[in-house]
Amino acid sequence: MVSALLPMRMAGGTVHRRGKRLIGPIDLEIAGQGVTAVIGPNGAGKSTLLKALHGLERLSAGSIHYNCPRAEALHRQAFVFQAPVMLRRSVIDNLAYPLRLTGTPRGAARDAASGWCTRIGLEGLEARAAAVLSGGEKQKLALARALITAPDLLFLDEPSASLDGRATREIEALLTLATAAGTRIVMATHDMGQARRLAREVIFLRGGTVHETAPAPEFFDAPKAGAARAFLAGDIVD
Amino acid sequence: MNDVWDGMVQAVWLILSFDADLYEIAARSLRVTGAALLIACLIALPLAAFLAVQRFRWRRGTIAILNAMMGLPPVVVGLIVYVLLSRSGPLGVLGLLFTPTAMIIAQVIIIVPLIASIAHQSLRELWAEYHDLLISMNATRLQRIMALLYDGRRALLTAALAGFGRGVGEVGAIMVVGGNIDHATRVMTTAIALETGKGNFALALGLGFVLIALSIAINLGIHALSRTETAGRW
Repeated sequence: MVSALLPMRMAGGTVHRRGKRLIGPIDLEIAGQGVTAVIGPNGAGKSTLLKALHGLERLSAGSIHYNCPRAEALHRQAFVFQAPVMLRRSVIDNLAYPLRLTGTPRGAARDAASGWCTRIGLEGLEARAAAVLSGGEKQKLALARALITAPDLLFLDEPSASLDGRATREIEALLTLATAAGTRIVMATHDMGQARRLAREVIFLRGGTVHETAPAPEFFDAPKAGAARAFLAGDIVD
Repeated sequence: MNDVWDGMVQAVWLILSFDADLYEIAARSLRVTGAALLIACLIALPLAAFLAVQRFRWRRGTIAILNAMMGLPPVVVGLIVYVLLSRSGPLGVLGLLFTPTAMIIAQVIIIVPLIASIAHQSLRELWAEYHDLLISMNATRLQRIMALLYDGRRALLTAALAGFGRGVGEVGAIMVVGGNIDHATRVMTTAIALETGKGNFALALGLGFVLIALSIAINLGIHALSRTETAGRW
């Protein structure tokens, strides 16, 4: 699938909050296909970078350029939060909501949502309140809700944090399907195993700046940045 | 204590004997408050959602004024509406004074701030929860407001019921603008005030118990219909 949105470029992207610099200046390009893993120690600015790229954090300096008009670009991307936010509705209504926002008729939206319910293993739970699902089910639902509009670009903030092995495997299976369908994924993660399994490219962040960007095999085999080497070796990196 | 007991007996008797006057004023009470509640909800709920999602210069001031207006003295509201609707007033040409419409106008003014303030409190919390998600989904401002109103409907029901309670029990404003005219503008509360003034305490208490029973029945009925206490469903 050829994306109308990509490549997207961040040029000198900087985010300040209450006078404190959270990230930046950062220059990076998201292009091609597959998964980019954003890794780094706590407080490195991984979530802030993802939110800034998605437009949820306002840049205090720098800019973001898409391959299409910004309004169109915003409709072609989606975001899944670390703590999944469930609308106070049923499972099927949560899934159908993004389609309803874009004007899809109710019946068609619910049909599509029903198909996704089956695909993520929530068949039979369509009428249940999303808020009473388990953590893994909520995360799968949030991911399916993001994927239901077939976005060109998907941002994931720690998609399997605090999930057990089975739920993590199910999430990763969905991500593999999404990349196969042409969705470009940028994912912040603490799980190095997950980054090794899924990522084509790695961005290593530290102190709000990019210390290294490299293809995943190259990064994991021979990281160039000293901090990245220490991080992968399990040393404490601030 | 005898008066209270007599009042209870009167209440039961009025209901069981299908007292025509009682049913007439009870129906009028419900009509007036129901209409006022409907209009007030149409104004207050979108206003509450707008204040929750929209940031503008005078937002805090608007919320503070709205909260302060919850304590509007009804008799003052009644007086202002009276002056506006009186023959020499700017809206006198409409001929609404001493009609149920005037009572509805007064009640709307009294309950809009109450419903809007209570609704805003809960929608503000819901917006804090939804903020990033709805912005991430590119929901328009109208879509955000609609999502809050739909998903916050249980809390909004409570706000509406609070408005109903305030409206149906209100006496000062509707006495002034309605005039407590028999078979025209007399409602439960003004009838209770009249009977108390005449010294008919038992009848006044009886009407009071009927009013309380009516209010409780409507609250329970709405809660049951909307299944607010049903777990696992929205």
